[in-house]
Amino acid sequence: MSTDLETPLPTKFDVSDFDPRARRARSIRRLLLGTIALVAVLGLPWWVYPPIAVDIAAWALFAISVDLLLGFVGALSFGHAAFWGVSAYSAGLIAQNFGLPFPVAIVGGAIAAMIIAVPIGYLAVRRSGIYFAMVTLAFAQMIWFVANQWKDVTGGENGLQGVPKSFFGIELIETEAFYFYYVVVILIVAGAWLAWRIVNSPFGRVLVAIRDNSARTRALGYDVEKYKLIAFVLSAGIAGVAGGVFAISHGFVSLQELDWTTSGKVVLMTVLGGMGTLWGGPVGAAVIVLLEDRLATSGFDGIGIITGSIFILCVLLFRRGIWGTAKNLIDRARAGYAKRRS
Amino acid sequence: MTAGTDQRPLLSTRALTKNFRGFTAVRHVDLDVAVGSIHALVGPNGAGKTTLFNLLSGFLTPTSGTIILDGQDITGKQPENIAHLGVARSFQITSLFDNLTALEHLELALASPTGLGLRFWRSSRTLRRFRTRSLDLLDKVGMTDLADRNVGEFAYGQKRALELALALALDPKLLLLDEPTAGMSLEDVDRTIELVKQISAGRTVVFVDHNMHVVGSLADRVSVLQQGEILVEGTYDEVRTDEKVITAYLGQAQ
Ligand SMILES: Nc1ncnc2c1ncn2[C@@H]1O[C@H](COP(=O)(O)OP(=O)(O)O)[C@@H](O)[C@H]1O
Ligand SMILES: [Mg+2]
Repeated sequence: MSTDLETPLPTKFDVSDFDPRARRARSIRRLLLGTIALVAVLGLPWWVYPPIAVDIAAWALFAISVDLLLGFVGALSFGHAAFWGVSAYSAGLIAQNFGLPFPVAIVGGAIAAMIIAVPIGYLAVRRSGIYFAMVTLAFAQMIWFVANQWKDVTGGENGLQGVPKSFFGIELIETEAFYFYYVVVILIVAGAWLAWRIVNSPFGRVLVAIRDNSARTRALGYDVEKYKLIAFVLSAGIAGVAGGVFAISHGFVSLQELDWTTSGKVVLMTVLGGMGTLWGGPVGAAVIVLLEDRLATSGFDGIGIITGSIFILCVLLFRRGIWGTAKNLIDRARAGYAKRRS
Repeated sequence: MTAGTDQRPLLSTRALTKNFRGFTAVRHVDLDVAVGSIHALVGPNGAGKTTLFNLLSGFLTPTSGTIILDGQDITGKQPENIAHLGVARSFQITSLFDNLTALEHLELALASPTGLGLRFWRSSRTLRRFRTRSLDLLDKVGMTDLADRNVGEFAYGQKRALELALALALDPKLLLLDEPTAGMSLEDVDRTIELVKQISAGRTVVFVDHNMHVVGSLADRVSVLQQGEILVEGTYDEVRTDEKVITAYLGQAQ
């Protein structure tokens, strides 16, 4: 054997997978993160105005859906407003016309988003890089145009007004946003769990392989386009749950939900929080929603400039986003600690 | 003609041609590879060897001509389908997944024919059922101690060895190896020759290599490609002493 093949390498983890101490440390870390997440999810409407808490939850899930594609397939969708918006309108219409409980309306919206994602995804996954982004953006713009024209159904520029929040016979009113949060957060957590499950499944493994080297994945016998399409439709469904929650929460759906700036905003949240982590999106969503709320209540109307500057700073300084940067710092501190001990 | 003439070829191409905007990279190639043989493809840079591999594995669609694998016409089929029909290839430029471990690479390859990859609702732990076979394959290429390392951290020779294990994991009828020893140290080259000999048992192999020592030690038959055309075909000794080949290689080390 050559010396080349005997060079010792750093391991993926600091310590072996089979070392019980390392495993205990990992489960403690998981428990800690799980507790933080649980406290954050349950405590949010105590700390912030409940409707804002719902907004954060909805955008958090929306960002997770974008990260599923951006972070794990390596595909930047610049048209995810299509799925958020189509679901928002569909959920709103279902709630309005059929008097169904709002969770059912939200699930219906998500299904509508997935249906519309099939043809869009079919064409988009055949492209990569900037072309993928352009195709998704083009379709989202087309849907915006249709919604704008189809006034009988969508209300055009006036939007869809008076979407009820009926929950098995109970009509929730504005002041009950606190309770509303705890109902919809179940759907949000379910959506986030699904994304986590996808990423940590055999399917998720194939996605990472495609992201790293798509030709090699094909040579191993995987139909790359099929995998990308399934990931795209699943991502649209998750974005749809988020959009449906948003629509029911506001009791109103506007063309803004389909606007390209909505697609841009969710990409900003994902990148700001840290892509390829799933956790990053929610962090970015909380930062942006809270920031926008503060700026809006203080009467400042240059929100775009602020968020744009954050985006540029983020790209220049924290390539990995907030979550990725924090994780990196913790890892480095731990490595330093381990070195000092040995 | 020597070995394999009475046998049906595993792979044959007829008048296989590939044009790139008026430039013909592969021209009218008739290639027959006998079942169980090791066939070398040699020729100067730009002769069309990689293009031919890309045609055989479905990464490029031929401009004209046919490719027959084991009696079945596979012309124009997609790479993933050709892989399922039993053709595995390695790439000239090392081509792996930087964020996966060696073990995860092999699990991925072994899971490919099972359809497990589509199950997004299952835990990735279900891939552990391929662990034993993956470790066996790593053992074959002498890499068991690296099983849990990320491939992004591997040295060049280690990556090339993993490429072989990965191709082997598909249990292919036909193995296409594009310059398996390119850029290797002498010891690694000898190790790879042994490795290819080992894994070629019961398989058919077509490989490209510039190293005549490798070609001489491995190949049952050699085809010399020049400007997209097969110049000469024969055993290593026949080809080595062929006038046309000597002329074509004049000035190049032999
Ligand atoms: N995708 C492509 N588009 C245009 N020309 C190509 C393409 N692939 C290869 N070629 C050309 O075809 C010729 C053969 O290339 P290749 O098959 O890589 O040669 P070899 O592997 O024998 O060195 C070269 O002149 C190369 O420039
Ligand atoms: Mg080549």
